[in-house]
Amino acid sequence: MQPNSRKTLVLATLIPIVMFGFGFALVPLYDVFCRVTGLNGKVNTSPLTEAEQRNRNNQQETMSRGVRVQFVTMNNGDMPWEFAPLEHDAVKVQTGEDFTAMFRVTNTTDRFMQGRAVPSVSPSEAAQYFHKVQCFCFDQQDLEAGESLDMPVVFEVDKELPDHIRTITLAYTLFDVTQVANNN
Amino acid sequence: MDAASDIAHEAQHHHGPASGLSRWVFTTNHKDIGTLYMWFSFLMFLTGGSMALVIRAELFQPGLQLVDPGFFNQMTTMHGLIMVFGAVMPAFVGLANWLIPMMVGAPDMALPRMNNLSFWILPFAFTMLLMTLFMDGGAPNFGWTFYAPLSTQYAPPTVNYFIFGVHLMGISSIMGAINVIATIFNMRAPGMTLMKMPLFVWTWLITAFLLLAAMPVLACVVTMMLFDINFGTSFFNAAGGGDPVLFQHLFWFFGHPEVYIMILPAFGIVSQIIPTFSRKPLFGYASMVYATASIALLSFIVWAHHMFTVGMPLAGELFFMYATMLIAVPTGVKVFNWISTMFRGSLTFETPMLFAIAFIVLFTIGGFSGLMLAISPADFQYHDTYFVVAHFHYVLVPGAVFAIIAAVYYWLPKWCGRMYDERLGKIHFWWSFIGLNLTFFPMHFIGLAGMPRRIPDYALQFADFNMLASIGGFVFGFAQVFFLFIVIRCITSGEKAAANPWEGAEGLEWTLPSPAPYHSFGTPPKID
Repeated sequence: MQPNSRKTLVLATLIPIVMFGFGFALVPLYDVFCRVTGLNGKVNTSPLTEAEQRNRNNQQETMSRGVRVQFVTMNNGDMPWEFAPLEHDAVKVQTGEDFTAMFRVTNTTDRFMQGRAVPSVSPSEAAQYFHKVQCFCFDQQDLEAGESLDMPVVFEVDKELPDHIRTITLAYTLFDVTQVANNN
Repeated sequence: MDAASDIAHEAQHHHGPASGLSRWVFTTNHKDIGTLYMWFSFLMFLTGGSMALVIRAELFQPGLQLVDPGFFNQMTTMHGLIMVFGAVMPAFVGLANWLIPMMVGAPDMALPRMNNLSFWILPFAFTMLLMTLFMDGGAPNFGWTFYAPLSTQYAPPTVNYFIFGVHLMGISSIMGAINVIATIFNMRAPGMTLMKMPLFVWTWLITAFLLLAAMPVLACVVTMMLFDINFGTSFFNAAGGGDPVLFQHLFWFFGHPEVYIMILPAFGIVSQIIPTFSRKPLFGYASMVYATASIALLSFIVWAHHMFTVGMPLAGELFFMYATMLIAVPTGVKVFNWISTMFRGSLTFETPMLFAIAFIVLFTIGGFSGLMLAISPADFQYHDTYFVVAHFHYVLVPGAVFAIIAAVYYWLPKWCGRMYDERLGKIHFWWSFIGLNLTFFPMHFIGLAGMPRRIPDYALQFADFNMLASIGGFVFGFAQVFFLFIVIRCITSGEKAAANPWEGAEGLEWTLPSPAPYHSFGTPPKID
């Protein structure tokens, strides 16, 4: 092998190695990208930062308005649990105010199961204005046979919400993770 | 074997090929490896083609008659995988092996042992992929794009064989690409500057970089699948906080450059053949190089046009729509240059030229339907219909495959020292040309009318066009068996070919005798 070829071999091997790493780096990058832009209905569940809080206080002047928030629950695949909003399918909330909604989930089977609810906000443009203060999303719920659980979600719709958005849909999909959880 | 006989063995190698099977297993000669690649690719072409015929036979009439839907899905999946990774890509690597050293005046590829390894991985990879057909649960059935969660949560257990098969194919392609880059950068004869290289060498150099950048991302995707399936991670599993749409982004980040990996070397081949039979130098050589490079760069920023319907925001739809349309500009430059090369040339229409001209015409049709698909609002109607099938078969069959066939006819006299039968070659061309258009042209219409792809049954109003397409498919398929006959007849009993059998051919490979000697350009040629 010529010395030049050896050098080219080493340099050219670096490209696929870097790209292999880049491929995996795309996973968190994609997540960050979706979170920043609110695409895919991904919602920021972390508390407001100081800057955001200051910004919020400056906006106290902005008029609060009513917006309809509807709750949708779905079961993925063959998930047998009952899962529904406890009181309302839809509520009118004031922007800038906290609201608490309850969801009830019941394990209707005769065995222990684990479930997990994954949220999504539509339209995706609204996702970045929808702040969840407290949420059961992504938490694993362990329910014995026949057991029920009431789960609260506390959220606030930002006053900055664009005027043309009058209805926001908060959708939860409930997944059966009994198998997955056991693997972990 | 002791060291002395090892050395003796080495010495023999320098005089000519070893005899018997070991010549092919242990060879490090670029011509031998090129030949192996070409035959392997042809074997895979017939395998994948037979699967296509199973699909077309089932679609001959509406209703389910020959195979059950599960097997139909396995056929569509395997047909796509084998044609992309087994037929088209190895054929181009085979051509690169045979031609690049001769075209740049090098004695061999820069990394001959790696060359051997990169070929011999392939038979194992495809054995692994093909043997899933005989296993419990059947072969992969989730389409060649293997979207999650079809390929993860709902995949047959054989998916693990598929994953390792894809890993092996990727490693093989990457090694092949490194070899091409090392050869072109380090092995050119003195005086062969970059801008003097034949266009086939240029397009392959750019393709090699695409391979290095794109194949590892494919490896990432299948590795993530492997983890999701076997180790409980949730890259693509929404229940665990993953995202199936992420799969599509990652896959097409590889997948779109892959499309150009399969077409850029074809551009190179056509750019060699058109000037020869026009008896004029290529029009706009430098613009061809720059156009190829810009197509390659653009190919990395257009991936999401494959997924307009996943629910992207308006900004994303617009960006990917305009970026995709931008690719039509350098492609248009190329088509313009080919036509300008032919303009006022003394044209003759030998078989390679016929295939090359058909390439220009039919690839342009595929390019136009690609522009239609690039229009995001219209794509919502075309998405996942036979219109898409028609589009990518028009760019791949008369695109990549016709270019490969043209290359085989064009360089066959150099490879085996004998001429193919010109009359049979012309028959093969028209037979293929008619079969191909009969197969794929009606697919535009049934696609626009709403026939979905990858479904073994269809509504009655699509029956006539589907029957035509199926007849065309068999016509085209048997034409390729005829091609095999022509090639074998040429190798065994063709007329002796001159060193340069084409009146207008330029390039270093034609300065060598036909057949090209086992070792060529031991001393670098002089280049003016």
